[in-house]
Amino acid sequence: MKSIFYLFLLMIFSFSAYAQDSSLLKMLNDSMKVHEKPFYVSGTFKATHIVNMQTIEAPGAGALNFVIQHRFGQLNSGSYNFFGLDNATLRLGLDYGISDRFAVGIGRSTYEKTYDAYVKYKLLRQTDATNKIPVSISLLGQITYYTLKYPEKPYLTDNDRISYTAQLLIARKLTRNLSLQLVPTYLHYNLVATPGDKNNIFALGAGGRMKITRRMSINVEYNYLPSGQIVSSDRHDSFSLGWDIETGGHVFQLVFSNSQSIVETQYITQTTGRWGNGDIYFGFNVSRNFNVTKKAKGSKH
Amino acid sequence: MKKIIALTSIIITFCTQGQAQIFMTRTGFIGFYSKTSLEDIKAENNQVYAVIDGSKKNLAFSVLLKGFIFRKELMQEHFNDNYVESDKYPKASFTGSYSGDINLTSNGSYKIMVKGNLTLHNITKPLEVPATLEINNGKLSGISDFKLKPEDFNITIPSIVRDKIENDITVHVKIDCNTSK
Repeated sequence: MKSIFYLFLLMIFSFSAYAQDSSLLKMLNDSMKVHEKPFYVSGTFKATHIVNMQTIEAPGAGALNFVIQHRFGQLNSGSYNFFGLDNATLRLGLDYGISDRFAVGIGRSTYEKTYDAYVKYKLLRQTDATNKIPVSISLLGQITYYTLKYPEKPYLTDNDRISYTAQLLIARKLTRNLSLQLVPTYLHYNLVATPGDKNNIFALGAGGRMKITRRMSINVEYNYLPSGQIVSSDRHDSFSLGWDIETGGHVFQLVFSNSQSIVETQYITQTTGRWGNGDIYFGFNVSRNFNVTKKAKGSKH
Repeated sequence: MKKIIALTSIIITFCTQGQAQIFMTRTGFIGFYSKTSLEDIKAENNQVYAVIDGSKKNLAFSVLLKGFIFRKELMQEHFNDNYVESDKYPKASFTGSYSGDINLTSNGSYKIMVKGNLTLHNITKPLEVPATLEINNGKLSGISDFKLKPEDFNITIPSIVRDKIENDITVHVKIDCNTSK
């Protein structure tokens, strides 16, 4: 009888020892809760572009991002043109992170032989569960300059060929899989086709991504241009679909869009294709991240 | 009956004594390192919570995975989003005990074995590692180095980047604890 009692006591003792073990962890986790600090949400988007639209993301400090944006011809251009694959439009871009918040970029696209340069600043960064900051906001300022020669328009000056973009990129990672972005846009053209067309144009873009696996997502973007701003051409709003595949330092995006051009001042206002007619451009974006500074490369330990 | 009273009083003494021998820190260090010819990975966290109960020889660690700082921002993003999924499983924790006799009241250095369970990425695995404890004027510090396999914790690494990450990740733990009141 006595031995049973001692056994019982031993059990209580060992139980209390066990309880102590997990209560140590509880003590840590309680302390953690009290001292909780917010973290910035990462990976709202995998790439610097949804399809054509820029995202709030920018390369990290000291990181260089090389982007190839490639669009074939129209899918409905027939078997003679191999359903568009005979033709190609391309933008080559370099983005560089000066700090964790500030990035610059340059690009050259074949469409109208256009150069572009931009600055992007991460004004606000969304924070996690502690939720002090609900959205990420980046500011984008871009200048574009097309160099295509028009023999019938010898009067075009350099200044006439320049246009500007200012965008407020507002995004929220709603769940680990779903991110949405809203983009109020202001465009300014130094020269427009007719007096009826506006030099200052306002547009609204919206886009998002839904992750389907840990490294893949489906992307959608739509760029709405309120009517009455461009009257001289038969333009349509740009709508694009994409499929992101991420592997290490690469992001590969397969895209479908009714826009052939890739730069803001072109795809928002000069998209002539219509999805309903099959004027769809198939293409891809590939980005590759390089760490160029010593700090970004990571020193040996 | 006398025996019971004696035993109970021993237990009570033991327990109350235990309260006075708890060491704790909120600024412990855990770093992990991987070195291949293709890429060096280095991630460090200075906000490790650790507690050691000197009387029961129990200890516990808890750390927020988002607190690991990498040299490359993209690596940090991949670590959180693709590998440990820190939005789903924010913490890694360890609970266990150590073996070896330590005099908590006088200065000295002790080699011990730490044995317990490590939880990471929602997977709990037993872990037994050597460590060194040092008592210095009532403060307790400890260091330990060991290796972990990501695959043991259901962290899958795509074949395309497998060569860039070592099979065994070196983990370095260092804590400096004060007596907890």
